[in-house]
Amino acid sequence: MISADLSAIFYLISGILFILALRGLSSPATSRQGNYFGMAGMVIAIIVTFLSIGNFSTGLIYVILLLLIGGSIGAFIAFRIPMTAMPELVAGFHSLVGLAAVFVAISAFLKPEIFNLGILGNIKIASLIEMSLGAAIGAITFTGSIIAFLKLRGIMSGSPIIFKGQHYLNLFLGLSLIILIFYLCKTQSDFYFWRIIEIALLLGILLIIPIGGADMPVVISMLNSYSGWAAAGIGFTLENTALIITGALVGSSGAILSYIMCKGMNRSFFSVILGGFGGTDQSSSKKDKDQKPVKSGNADDAAFLMKNASSVIIVPGYGMAVAQAQHALREMVDTLKKNGVKVSYAIHPVAGRMPGHMNVLLAEANVPYDEVFELDEINNDFANCDVAYVIGANDVTNPVAKTDPQSPIYGMPILDVEKSKSVLFVKRSLSPGYAGIDNDLFYRDNTLMLFSDAKKMTEDIIKSL
Amino acid sequence: MEIDPFIFRLSIFILSIFVGYYVVWSVTPSLHTPLMSVTNAISSVIIVGAIIASLSSVSEKIFEISNIFGFLAIILAAVNIFGGFLVTQRMLQMYKKKKKK
Repeated sequence: MISADLSAIFYLISGILFILALRGLSSPATSRQGNYFGMAGMVIAIIVTFLSIGNFSTGLIYVILLLLIGGSIGAFIAFRIPMTAMPELVAGFHSLVGLAAVFVAISAFLKPEIFNLGILGNIKIASLIEMSLGAAIGAITFTGSIIAFLKLRGIMSGSPIIFKGQHYLNLFLGLSLIILIFYLCKTQSDFYFWRIIEIALLLGILLIIPIGGADMPVVISMLNSYSGWAAAGIGFTLENTALIITGALVGSSGAILSYIMCKGMNRSFFSVILGGFGGTDQSSSKKDKDQKPVKSGNADDAAFLMKNASSVIIVPGYGMAVAQAQHALREMVDTLKKNGVKVSYAIHPVAGRMPGHMNVLLAEANVPYDEVFELDEINNDFANCDVAYVIGANDVTNPVAKTDPQSPIYGMPILDVEKSKSVLFVKRSLSPGYAGIDNDLFYRDNTLMLFSDAKKMTEDIIKSL
Repeated sequence: MEIDPFIFRLSIFILSIFVGYYVVWSVTPSLHTPLMSVTNAISSVIIVGAIIASLSSVSEKIFEISNIFGFLAIILAAVNIFGGFLVTQRMLQMYKKKKKK
């Protein structure tokens, strides 16, 4: 058994290792080392916990057994999961952190003496507040992440579920959580503790159902942030530095990602959270659609255009992930490069269903990361580029965001695809994107629509190259 | 006058938020997905609480209700720790620079 002071120092060390883990991600070159720091931090935290308890009875065997069971499930998932399923995997993992926080809070409430929080029925007020906040945020993270998971997996429709008085109901539930925590502190009755968890579970569902599929990058980042705050709440209860540091890191990380995603859509955080966006209200644009001429082409036309271009910019979006077209795309680019065409990739901050989604898929297809550029790095290059190949992206290229103040996406930063000499737009149909608005780009003179599945079209182009 | 230990913990918490703020802004956008999976893995350090809950029962009985919750939390957190770090590793392995010609 090691002293509380010594274990506190070790917890601090593991907290610092976690900071270094995040720091490593500032560049792909240092990222792998960062990940090892993270693992080291985790190993230290777990070993120190065992040593500080110093109880090497039969219980320890159970704990190690459970660690191995959980660990093998986790390892199995990690190796088997396809990269395209990363958003739902992350959502699923968030739900586990949330539930674990709830369970730890429950056992701290039922047996406060093992955590030095007093005794059942007479727990320190500060600890009660901390653990009920931890439990409530954990419960919201749990059910919220499950809804996000179901939506991302396609088990539940991605369209928002809205009903009358929704926001008032959520507000009411939120307020009643605060009132219940107050009564819990006053009476110490477990009745209030269970009600807090139940209401938080319900609130998690209600908060996420009104949010549409295209807003998922914000939701995932937000739930990421919540899981951090839940961990921090538990960290305060357990007076554990590693948990407090980690909770704060994860909480602020998720918050920053939500902010970046909101900015990428030019929407306020609150308008995303209140939801209802991404419905299919397209009546205004539908009327004159038939009159507008659209130029459509086939793989041979596209191959001809790109072969004779000197520079091509690829704009991938969620459609590429759905069609799993990243490998075919890389092959196409390789062939183009052999023909002396300069190719780069342009990624919009909200392309895909989670922050950095497209980058991972391109990395999976062995696209070197120094050919992949962010919006502000590459946006000026469109004017000098011969062909823009838009594959599975839509709203993020819509020039309406710059021209039409009435449009719901007005002000959203977009990739200036329309400035390139010609645009190849791979899409299955003329249907509008998730924002439910028609894309002006379809009807431009320099746009050639390639109506097909993203993967099939790309493969066909490779053949004709 | 002694300072309540809570204030120390609060100080650590707030300073960590600032550290997190600056560190996360320095993360390159192309690594945002690994950032999410690794933050997910490290937030499973909550397993520390789960281990304490399952092991340090005051009595000799290890299958009391509070321990059971601790056991369950250990499984959940372990799935996350291994899953989170390994999937991050798998993703990071894929980020490669252009091969030199």
